[in-house]
Amino acid sequence: MAKGLLALDHARLRFGGIVALDDVSLEVAEGSIVGLIGPNGAGKTTAFNAITRLYRLDSGDVLFDGHSLRRVRPSRVIRLGIARTFQNLELFPRLTVLENVLVGAHASSRLQREAEQRRQALETMADVGIAEHAGRPASGLPFGTLKRVELARALASRPRVLLLDEPAGGLNHQEVDELVGLIRRLRDERELTILLVEHHMRLVMQVCEHVHVLDFGRTIAAGAPADVQRNPAVIEAYLGGELAA
Amino acid sequence: MRRLLPAIASLLAVAGLLSALPFVLSAYNVSLAARVGIFFVAILGLNILTGYTGQISIGHGAFMAIGGYTTAVMSQDHHTNLVVTMLMAFAICFVLGLILGLPALRLSGVYLALATFALAVSVPQLPLKWSKFLGGRDGVQTSRTVSHVWLYGAAWAASAILFVLAWLILRGRVGRAFRAVRDSEIAAVASGIELPVYKTLAFGISAAYAGVAGSLLVLATNGFAEPSEFGIVLSLQLLVGAAVAGLGSLWGILAGAAFVGLLPAVSSGVPVIGSSHGRDVVFGAAVVLVMLLLPDGFAGLLKRLRRLARA
Repeated sequence: MAKGLLALDHARLRFGGIVALDDVSLEVAEGSIVGLIGPNGAGKTTAFNAITRLYRLDSGDVLFDGHSLRRVRPSRVIRLGIARTFQNLELFPRLTVLENVLVGAHASSRLQREAEQRRQALETMADVGIAEHAGRPASGLPFGTLKRVELARALASRPRVLLLDEPAGGLNHQEVDELVGLIRRLRDERELTILLVEHHMRLVMQVCEHVHVLDFGRTIAAGAPADVQRNPAVIEAYLGGELAA
Repeated sequence: MRRLLPAIASLLAVAGLLSALPFVLSAYNVSLAARVGIFFVAILGLNILTGYTGQISIGHGAFMAIGGYTTAVMSQDHHTNLVVTMLMAFAICFVLGLILGLPALRLSGVYLALATFALAVSVPQLPLKWSKFLGGRDGVQTSRTVSHVWLYGAAWAASAILFVLAWLILRGRVGRAFRAVRDSEIAAVASGIELPVYKTLAFGISAAYAGVAGSLLVLATNGFAEPSEFGIVLSLQLLVGAAVAGLGSLWGILAGAAFVGLLPAVSSGVPVIGSSHGRDVVFGAAVVLVMLLLPDGFAGLLKRLRRLARA
């Protein structure tokens, strides 16, 4: 039995002949920031989709706070306190930025007055630096801004666990450094537990306290960022690419 | 509140204009204007389903049939007050809409269109099967008929009430959930929105609106409910009206309703194209033209004009 706030326990999932998750076990301790890395197609986003119940595991389990999510419907996951962002953005393009964030509060706002919901949504937006876009439709804003809209939408549900799928996608060096600060601050201020998928090693090495490496659906390494970076299997998986450099 | 002022002002202006119309129009034109009101109700409802929630239906004529027969049967067999029969049509169609919305949960896009098409084709055949109760091909007639002005008042009162109801439903949490479902089902689910709940709810509401419109349509045809009134063309007209109005907005519905309610009558008055085929050609050409020039319907046009006025 895993001990972390969130855990995959011997998770297996195959699509036809492809094994997307092959006996993956990982733990995310409460209050920590954990990185899930690996080459393209390693199963990182699949792991996110399994945790959020968009995919059903063939065997193994997802555990949150000690409870199995096997019988939890996808739309209930956020109510339990797990919110996520998406790698290639899943926004509501014809809703305004504010409305997108308000939808994030859907599960927690049933009994709240609309004005109170709006106030809180605007606060969250200010917190991630997108308040000035509140009234604009989500379509047509730059990619980096939209990533933050998704972040604000996830935060609006007041989650305990935040799953970030490539939060640094499309950002330049300076923006990545800002993102490092933002992720740390959000974790501290909102007492979050964060699991993030990322290709950007600079971000992973700076922000993560623990790193879990997947390759072809299998765990090939796990540990502190510096150790993982030196791990021969990891260097091999990345073909001596960024990590070795 | 200040943001709402222009909207409220224009609504009041339209309401004022509409209440003056019966005093200046001929009886025939009042009945035409009543017809626009009937389409207004049905298109408003369909827009909640198709425009706001993204679920296409080419079968809402079926719900109009159910609403229409509710009014005719209740009035003939039980002499129920006509307004009460409209409320019954609303309730019955709401429940049937929820139920018929269930199979639709598994369908989307073209498949949903075809399933609702089947609804539009099959429901008007039911009176032929149960002809004792529903009058077969000859239809059922209400126990009393109403004047043009009564019908006009009823149609536009229903329009006003249901417009406010739609606005109240759509402005807050529920309306946002509808539009979230339309824009991204995956993100909606991840945000805790129960797709089955909101999709069937939208189906139920739009069916209820169609039911009221069907009641009114029966009253507009001397109280006769008969299968031929509720054919597939009616369902298509509703969808065309919703597209001309502008999907996902409440501000073009008057134009959409006028388009489908008036165009056939107006174009049949033109001598060269006065035949019924000519009328269909004009209707078709007008639809193509509107969709080319106003891809977002009249609501899109209003939005563009407002932006121009502000700039």
